[in-house]
Amino acid sequence: MAVSQLIGARVQRREDPRLITGRGHFIEDHVLPGLAHMAVVRSPHPHARIVGIDKAAAQSLPGVLAVLTAQDFKAQISGGMPVTPAFAPEKKYVPERFPIAESEVCFQGEPVAVVVATSRALAADAADLVQVEYEPLPAVVDPEAAMVAGSFKAHSDGPDNIGWDMTFAGGDIDAAFAKAEIRVSERILQQRLAPTAIEPRGVMADYSPYDERLTLWLSSQNPHFIRLFVSGAMGLPESHVRVVSPDVGGGFGSKISPYPEDYLVPAASRILSRPVRWIETRTESVMTTIHGRGQVFTAEAAALRDGTLLGLRLTQVLDLGAYHGTFGAFQACACLMSGGVYRWEAISARTVGVLTNKVPTDPYRGAGRPEGTHLCERMVDRVAQELGMDPADLRRKNFAQEFPYVNNFGLTYDSGNYDGTLDRALELVDYPGWRQRQAKAREEGRLIGVGLSTWVEICGFGPSQPTAAATGGIGLVEAAEIRFLPSGSVAAYVGTHAHGQGHDTTFSQIVADTLGVPLAAIEVHHGDTAEGPAFGYGTYGSRSLAVGGMALHQAATVVREKARQLAAHLLEASPDDLDFAQGTFSVRGNPAAHKTVQEVALAAYGGSLPEGMEHGLEAVSYFDPPNFVWPFGAHICVVEVDRDTGAVAIQKYVAVDDCGNVINPMIVEGQLHGGIAQGISQALYEEVVYDQESGQLVTGTMVDYLIPTMNELPVPTLDRTVTPSPTNALGVKGIGEAGTIASSAAVINAICDALSPLGIHHVDMPATPERIWRMIQEAAR
Amino acid sequence: MIPAAFEYSRAHSVTEAVAQLREAGPEAKVIAGGQSLLPMMRMRLARPAHLVDVNAVRELDYVRVEDGHLRVGAMTRHVTLARSEVVQRHLPLLAEMASEVGDAQIRSRGTLGGVMAHADAAGDYPTLATMLDAMIVTDRRRIAAGDFFQHLFTTPLDLDELVCEVVFPVAAGPRRYLKFRRRLFDWAIVGAGVQRTEAGWRVGLTHVGPTPVRARGVEAALASGATPVEAAAHASDGLEPTSDVRATADFRLHLARVLTRRALEQAA
Ligand SMILES: Cc1cc2nc3c(=O)[nH]c(=O)nc-3n(C[C@H](O)[C@H](O)[C@H](O)COP(=O)(O)OP(=O)(O)OC[C@H]3O[C@@H](n4cnc5c(N)ncnc54)[C@H](O)[C@@H]3O)c2cc1C
Repeated sequence: MAVSQLIGARVQRREDPRLITGRGHFIEDHVLPGLAHMAVVRSPHPHARIVGIDKAAAQSLPGVLAVLTAQDFKAQISGGMPVTPAFAPEKKYVPERFPIAESEVCFQGEPVAVVVATSRALAADAADLVQVEYEPLPAVVDPEAAMVAGSFKAHSDGPDNIGWDMTFAGGDIDAAFAKAEIRVSERILQQRLAPTAIEPRGVMADYSPYDERLTLWLSSQNPHFIRLFVSGAMGLPESHVRVVSPDVGGGFGSKISPYPEDYLVPAASRILSRPVRWIETRTESVMTTIHGRGQVFTAEAAALRDGTLLGLRLTQVLDLGAYHGTFGAFQACACLMSGGVYRWEAISARTVGVLTNKVPTDPYRGAGRPEGTHLCERMVDRVAQELGMDPADLRRKNFAQEFPYVNNFGLTYDSGNYDGTLDRALELVDYPGWRQRQAKAREEGRLIGVGLSTWVEICGFGPSQPTAAATGGIGLVEAAEIRFLPSGSVAAYVGTHAHGQGHDTTFSQIVADTLGVPLAAIEVHHGDTAEGPAFGYGTYGSRSLAVGGMALHQAATVVREKARQLAAHLLEASPDDLDFAQGTFSVRGNPAAHKTVQEVALAAYGGSLPEGMEHGLEAVSYFDPPNFVWPFGAHICVVEVDRDTGAVAIQKYVAVDDCGNVINPMIVEGQLHGGIAQGISQALYEEVVYDQESGQLVTGTMVDYLIPTMNELPVPTLDRTVTPSPTNALGVKGIGEAGTIASSAAVINAICDALSPLGIHHVDMPATPERIWRMIQEAAR
Repeated sequence: MIPAAFEYSRAHSVTEAVAQLREAGPEAKVIAGGQSLLPMMRMRLARPAHLVDVNAVRELDYVRVEDGHLRVGAMTRHVTLARSEVVQRHLPLLAEMASEVGDAQIRSRGTLGGVMAHADAAGDYPTLATMLDAMIVTDRRRIAAGDFFQHLFTTPLDLDELVCEVVFPVAAGPRRYLKFRRRLFDWAIVGAGVQRTEAGWRVGLTHVGPTPVRARGVEAALASGATPVEAAAHASDGLEPTSDVRATADFRLHLARVLTRRALEQAA
């Protein structure tokens, strides 16, 4: 029987037994009769003109079905790949992007030809035989240099390299700075990161020429949007295209936007009239899947001597790569969130998107919000340091206190209790104790540092009105459908997409509580455009629970209320006189008269429905949130820096976060563990490096692109406070990106605190041993 | 990430392996644990036309002590070296090195002979072999470690020559091997090994140049009574490391000194 209250319970993830015993179905697990395999010939140059392509040797290899170039695809695919307005609606130069290069390649790894063959190995061999003659052009590598008028151009026919240049004005910045008693300024780098999902991308397409239908199996976070884009480009009615995104082995934002292969594989299938599959290699993944971050900030903060924050002025230079990412301008939200959890009189933030000859950047876990938080938290620490104030005290003094709180850019923080999370984190970490240990260590010449990061996040996208403007038409709401089958089990369909978040479990808990059915009787479906509501909006931006969970809750509520009507009819009682508990409707005052939901479900398909009631027990519901949701928290990291080698050892990591009501604490903790790991990883390990001269990717393998393992990462100590969101009936906020948003700043603030006796104020990421060692050397000079 | 096509044959003895190599010609390669060769093939940096698999050559999987020497068959896996009581008793530094090569999966496949023949600048055993004057025994000759590691990935081995054994002098005195690396399973960015022998300290360095280095300056300083701090200052003498994405040459020189000092201080 259903447990009375599953919401809030540590229910084990239902999807895990299947996934961890190898019974998942990823793209490469799908095979079709007659399947052909595609390999992509890619540019080895970051920038070059294509002089000629000789297909002959590849074509003559037995088993090669086709060698295709831009010319072949022009007849199949119309228009360029989409670019949404996002947070930079007024774009300047937006180079047209066709999925495959025709005359000029603009990043290393850009497709120039594809080979389709009867086996994957053969396709790889044949791809090696395609002879492409290039005339190399100068590569644009450094975005700041690329902003300067007269610099080399990332596209030889472009006017310059400026993708956008706009300023968000939040208050009278000159007035705020005029009052300044102190000012601090800093230059803060956000290195490029490779999302590195454990399952690389993959596409399988089956085009049926007789009925002009296309089925696309895709490793995607966003199947409905991909259907919208690909059907349009291929001239097919949206209804004739089915996108199936089965189990997906991680996305982190890298599987939101469409990719060239999402068009090339179905086009190849249409050309050859047989199913075609392409599976990304790890090398291709590092080189051609979008990168995240890639930004340079210059910032100046103004404050009073008593620690009151006044103004923040900043510029974000965003390395777009060779083309605008479909949602690339989302990252400009770093500007809108640069004020963090604090009251500022004014903020002025300029964002400049710059084209370079590298793979495009696009949202990656946190997308703009980690950058904004990192910047804000670093600047606040710099002010505290300048004033000799404890960073905890300075934060408390400036926290937004009253909610809803409207920030400098008019965004409304729904609810918060910033002192609450900070106080608890300070207590958990034993802040005074660490400060004592730090003082003692300093006497011994050891470098211990404590770093704080108090953060807030905008997430849970919609609402429909601003997000429709951001996507260029589709408002980010969410849809869900609940169906009672005659025997009383429940099929739930959601438009979100799970790829590690545990939706099968969390969503089932909501449905179980709302309908009073056992978990085992609930099946959650997602990732197939042929099922469920007409449109789904995908999973990213920590939106699934706050928007999708709400849609599901609403649909379940509609179904339950219909069941109540039917039960009342069967019990010959008034619906208002029915109690509903443990999956049973009973007449108030006469519990012997009752019907279980299972009995009611069967009756909904039976022969004695009340007059005017339609058969069936199902409902579709859309939820359009009235606001974003605003989770927040406080992270504290303690490090020791090895003075000799510059190596950083994390001694302790504490995170106290608040995502409103919690449906499943274990899943929330899991999301935080992973998120914190990714932020620590940015702080200490990961960096996509391109050679500054040649533009060649240097960190092309997992040997050089450092992803830490459990050996290198701390087990964080977690706690939470609960401040429900007033914007949805569940009172929930997102938690998928929180850990990543908060943690890089905590780690870097700790390192800077450790190094402060040496006169070092700022350390960029990744804080590698060598980088720190060099700074220590220079400081000693 | 898909290797180019190749032929494959399996050998069951040293004689068979050499015969197969000879027959398959200059484009043939031995495959032992595959932990270095397969990644290179998958990235098509190596394209052998033929692989001679020596994993079934049982006669090369052994560890024994004879006349004050530890003799290790080329097909002995890292995990075997790490766990072997014979190695732990007679040359514990080798067991300690073996226990820190890569991760558990790599240790269960990779072999001593593979590390020697591959001659990667970041290999650990070559440093031990060099500092202790070990002998590499092939199907046709004996080569001193000092002559074996000629350059990066370069040894005097003929194309059809098989490494069969490495002969180390036994040494069980105070020792320490330290690797500076970012992740537990990474290769050393720089490594430093020290071993006290009857004839004094032996000191070796990993990944500070194309080949393993015996730090004779440090050894000499120690022999004339220098402290670890004083002696370690010589660790970088004469080195010319390269810069790469993992470390610049300067940092490698610095690490060589720091790790040597720490290894001497921690030697037990
Ligand atoms: C992630 C990772 C981390 C690693 N970290 C370390 C580390 O920290 N320290 C370290 O020392 N190693 C490390 N290794 C390498 C590992 O030790 C390999 O096992 C070793 O380099 C090669 O041994 P193998 O038996 O796998 O050889 P293979 O890969 O099979 O062969 C390597 C080369 O040696 C040749 N060869 C192999 N055996 C013979 C033989 N008997 N005679 C002649 N030629 C032969 C092959 O033809 C080939 O050219 C790491 C590897 C990986 C993937």
